[in-house]
Amino acid sequence: MGMNPALNPIVSPITPAPPGSEGAVARHPNYLNVKHTVRSWLLTTDHKRIGILYLFSITLFFFIGGGAATLIRLNLLTPSGLIVDGADYNKLFTIHGVVMVWFFLIPSIPATMGNFVIPLMIGAKDLAFPKINLLSWYLFVFSGIFAFIMITLGGADTGWTFYTPYSTAFSNNYVTLTVCAVFINGFSSILTGLNFIVTVHKMRCPGMTWFRMPLFLWSLYATSVVMVLATPILAITLLLVGIEHIFGVGIFDPKLGGDPILFQHMFWFYSHPAVYIMVLPGMGVVSELVTCFSRKRIFGYEFIAFSSVAIALVGFLVWAHHMFVAGISVYSASVFSLLSFIVAIPSSVKVFDWTATMYKGSVKLDTPMLCALGFIGLFTLGGLTGVMLATLGMDVHMHDTYFVIAHFHYIMVGGTVMAYFGGLHYWWPKATGRMYSEVWGRVTVCIIFLGFNLTFFPQFILGYLGMPRRYHSYPPEFQVYNVLSTAGASILAVGYLLPFAYLPWSLRWGKPAGNNPWRATGLEWQTASPPPEHNFEVTPVVTEEAYAYHLRKAQNGASIAVTSAGVAPVTVVIGPTPEN
Amino acid sequence: MSATATNIHSPPNSGDAHLQHQFKNADQQRESATLGMWLFLGTEVLFFGGLFVSYAIYRVRWPDDFREGSLDLKWYLGGLNTAILLLSSFFMALGVRASQQGDNRRVIRHLLATIALAVAFLGVKGMEYYLEYDEGLVPGESFRLQPPPRSSESALTRGMGSFERWTGKYVPNADEHGQRTRREQLFMCFYFIMTAIHATHMLIGIGLMTWLMMLARRRAFSAAWHNPVEVVGLYWHFVDTVWVFLFPVLYLLRNP
Amino acid sequence: MTSSLDTSFRLFPEQASTMARQVDHLFYYLLGVLIFFTLAIMIAVIYLAVRYRRRDDNEFPAEDVQNFKLGIIWTISPFFFMLVMFFWGASLYGQMMRPPENTIVINVVGKQWMWKIQHPEGVREINELHVPIGQPIKLMLASQDVIHSFFIPAFRIKHDVVPGSFAMEWFIASKPGTYHLFCSQYCGTEHAEMIGHVVAMEPGDYAAWLSGVPKDTPPAAAGAQLFVSWGCNACHGERAPTMAGLYMTKVPLDNGSSVIADDDYLRESIIEPSAKVVAGYPAIMPSYRGQLSEEQLMALVAFIKSQGASAAPSGVRTTPSTRPVNGQSPDYLPNFPPARQPVPAPSP
Repeated sequence: MGMNPALNPIVSPITPAPPGSEGAVARHPNYLNVKHTVRSWLLTTDHKRIGILYLFSITLFFFIGGGAATLIRLNLLTPSGLIVDGADYNKLFTIHGVVMVWFFLIPSIPATMGNFVIPLMIGAKDLAFPKINLLSWYLFVFSGIFAFIMITLGGADTGWTFYTPYSTAFSNNYVTLTVCAVFINGFSSILTGLNFIVTVHKMRCPGMTWFRMPLFLWSLYATSVVMVLATPILAITLLLVGIEHIFGVGIFDPKLGGDPILFQHMFWFYSHPAVYIMVLPGMGVVSELVTCFSRKRIFGYEFIAFSSVAIALVGFLVWAHHMFVAGISVYSASVFSLLSFIVAIPSSVKVFDWTATMYKGSVKLDTPMLCALGFIGLFTLGGLTGVMLATLGMDVHMHDTYFVIAHFHYIMVGGTVMAYFGGLHYWWPKATGRMYSEVWGRVTVCIIFLGFNLTFFPQFILGYLGMPRRYHSYPPEFQVYNVLSTAGASILAVGYLLPFAYLPWSLRWGKPAGNNPWRATGLEWQTASPPPEHNFEVTPVVTEEAYAYHLRKAQNGASIAVTSAGVAPVTVVIGPTPEN
Repeated sequence: MSATATNIHSPPNSGDAHLQHQFKNADQQRESATLGMWLFLGTEVLFFGGLFVSYAIYRVRWPDDFREGSLDLKWYLGGLNTAILLLSSFFMALGVRASQQGDNRRVIRHLLATIALAVAFLGVKGMEYYLEYDEGLVPGESFRLQPPPRSSESALTRGMGSFERWTGKYVPNADEHGQRTRREQLFMCFYFIMTAIHATHMLIGIGLMTWLMMLARRRAFSAAWHNPVEVVGLYWHFVDTVWVFLFPVLYLLRNP
Repeated sequence: MTSSLDTSFRLFPEQASTMARQVDHLFYYLLGVLIFFTLAIMIAVIYLAVRYRRRDDNEFPAEDVQNFKLGIIWTISPFFFMLVMFFWGASLYGQMMRPPENTIVINVVGKQWMWKIQHPEGVREINELHVPIGQPIKLMLASQDVIHSFFIPAFRIKHDVVPGSFAMEWFIASKPGTYHLFCSQYCGTEHAEMIGHVVAMEPGDYAAWLSGVPKDTPPAAAGAQLFVSWGCNACHGERAPTMAGLYMTKVPLDNGSSVIADDDYLRESIIEPSAKVVAGYPAIMPSYRGQLSEEQLMALVAFIKSQGASAAPSGVRTTPSTRPVNGQSPDYLPNFPPARQPVPAPSP
């Protein structure tokens, strides 16, 4: 590769980089500067570059979805609806839902950070199938183009749930286009999941046993299993909806003896596990952040690892809790209610274990850690309100009200998006070689946390008062809470816009990060920042469990002080692999 | 790392030349490819599984209508197609074996046979669709509650009807009024959707086999490297297996 | 006549039915658990973040704190809180899904974008529902297009109305007043306008209201007329099963099984007669799909009900007794009414 050993600390991890070389951090040959052409980006099979491509694509969709959300919140400022009528409002929340679920949340953490760090974390040169990885990005872009055309033509008004018979027989706008977009998007998601599973099974470096893997990998593994097993059901369900919409005849049509409830079963058989596709990677990120910024081995590694797997598996058995008032039998409702409580247990285990990890640690409230702590608080509230909704008699009242809206935004936005920003800041120095502004980072997280709570907490009250979801107008006594919510949304918007100023700023003016700015364990921090094209010059060998921060002092106490922004103490033995 | 190592078209008959940069050795590469294909087939099982489960639910709810639908299908054409497809799987297996031995010419021969049988299957399927359209079995606007009179049936349908009566296995379809039920369309929806999706999978398989033949023409496969033939073989056997389930479920569950 | 809609600022919705009180008790328990755990986690997080804050950038704690027993304890203990929630919630749900006896049956048909309501006395309303307090009311729900959902927040009840089958919900209003009525299942462009009011009145006021408004033909009587005008009576009685005493009895079918003649069975037998054919009768009845509106179907069912048990004069208070004749229905709790029952689940 012709890399200068002095600039590549992998070769001699103990030696601090010479002081002068820090400024030249971005000049060593790395995945960013190895080629510069547009073609080299569009035809890349490098997992790191594909991760960056995903980052740009989903950011675009985050703004489209966020724009729709802004209009929704603006409209709800007044009881009669401030800016749009019912038809347009219905399209707005459909665009918001479809874009945020399939074009932002589902690919968010796995396709960007997962893509970027999985091979780094397991000491591999790439994912198992780099070309398939590129293909899944192209499928994503292709489906995105469909979604974009759908939006510019005027959108669909089915809601992201496509409930039949409204979507098949009554809605007369761009339903087919929307269904196509989501259908193609599903293949992107399947291929990503498949790639991750094979990579984790087959590509781990010597010494990287299953129980030495960072917990982010366990969570992504569980996520991938859900992606691979649940997404095909969405594909077939939407295909059936599309066929029925186009040909006017199909299997959900009550006139032919078809059953709209069957659609709901099939849709939620995917879409409930999809909730775990969205939140499990966030949990994995938080496991990384809490350990790194507490400098503590995680409390109960096995509990957290297995809880991810348990969530993925039990998550498949709870779908009908979305249908407690749809007319399912009391007995099946009871079974699904009980299973829904059970799926909450592994989540609560994680929350307890993260909290306990800080005990006797060395806690630093940097931006990623603030995100992680925000995640813990908001996820706790979101999870417990979810438990309320799993309670049968309670759900009858709360179903399809703003209580549900608030609940899943606490999980999806308070949880996943918070973890997404945490992970973005945490791995930013690794991906770019530069530090972002810590002050602006912390300010932003605080703004997001406040804005988020102001936006969504009033919606819990609104929901219990009985305001149904998907209403473009509402009775006047609900206005107080809606105004509060819209006010919060404007603060939240500021919070989401700020990183788009200071993160790009850091690319040019940020302090060079060094290989391991957080002094974290984990293989990804052992290579250069930004990493070279094939990640590691020599295949690493792992000799200890993940997060062995407690061994740092004993091993290398004194030398840490020397390597100020440089290399963390040895967590791996670098050298030729035994097989080679 | 060498960019050329990722090029599977470079020097023929050498396993190492096909080792992609991210893998340590050929074993890791082959195991990954196989695991990947099995996972993909897992997703396919769920894809078809959604259809089969819905079919089962409706079949239990409307047993008579589904039985009538089944009686309107041409079991002999379905049976013929089953035989064609099983034979194609046999040739696919021979092709995989040939690739393991590095015999590129035999790979081409066996793949050609497989493709020919697949095309024959699609031909029979197309003919079946045409007959069903002719008999007013396509759901929607063109669905006819009144079956066509015997005189206007195709020669094949009439001939096989006589054959069934002659064997004593004849079960009259349509109820006492001589009418089809409206719900029979539900069965026909399943029939057309399931067989069309299966046919789409076959078209993809034909495309993949054409690609393999192009590789084999360049003598790409060797005892050391033949992953693509193996994974496409897995895929083809899976498509075959789906039909082995579709055939009895759609055509043969016809007795009360 | 009645108080108008209360639009004052509030944190909790009005409790205006017997069920509302029970649901709120459950809610308070759930809220207590939520506040307890949220506060516990937040206090722990803030305390630990401050207590173990990093004082020196080179600080690496040497201790690895692990406690397997503690892990097991907090894996298992939340389950007990949840078991209480589960049983409490499930028992309430059971009550909501099973109406008491002696209900007044009001027919509700949802369509894009209105609720069409008819009282057993024949009175029709649109997006308005007048009910007496203290009396169990059962709503028979049907949809003539897409899925709707009939939601009265002040009563804490809701049920989806799926086209192709009947749905049911019931309540006992406990406080006079005017309350919101919403469609809570997204149903198209004017979903947000598919709203109305429920007016709960003292029984005396209700009787006065009832006598003061114009009446259409009561559903059961309309059903009786339909029964004749569609020629149903030509067969039913001789070549087809009689309607007398049919409702909620066990009907033997020609395939050897049997079915309870409930609302949904009656509906299906009109629309798809061939789906379940009564044993001993030829399958000669044609399908009436697309020929009868949801309201006509409901009227026919009301008529058949009125022919049900004992001495029910057709037309008035159509379901004097919904108890099955042979007592085999799974649909009813034995010890009803649930109103003012003690809350079933204990708090921990």
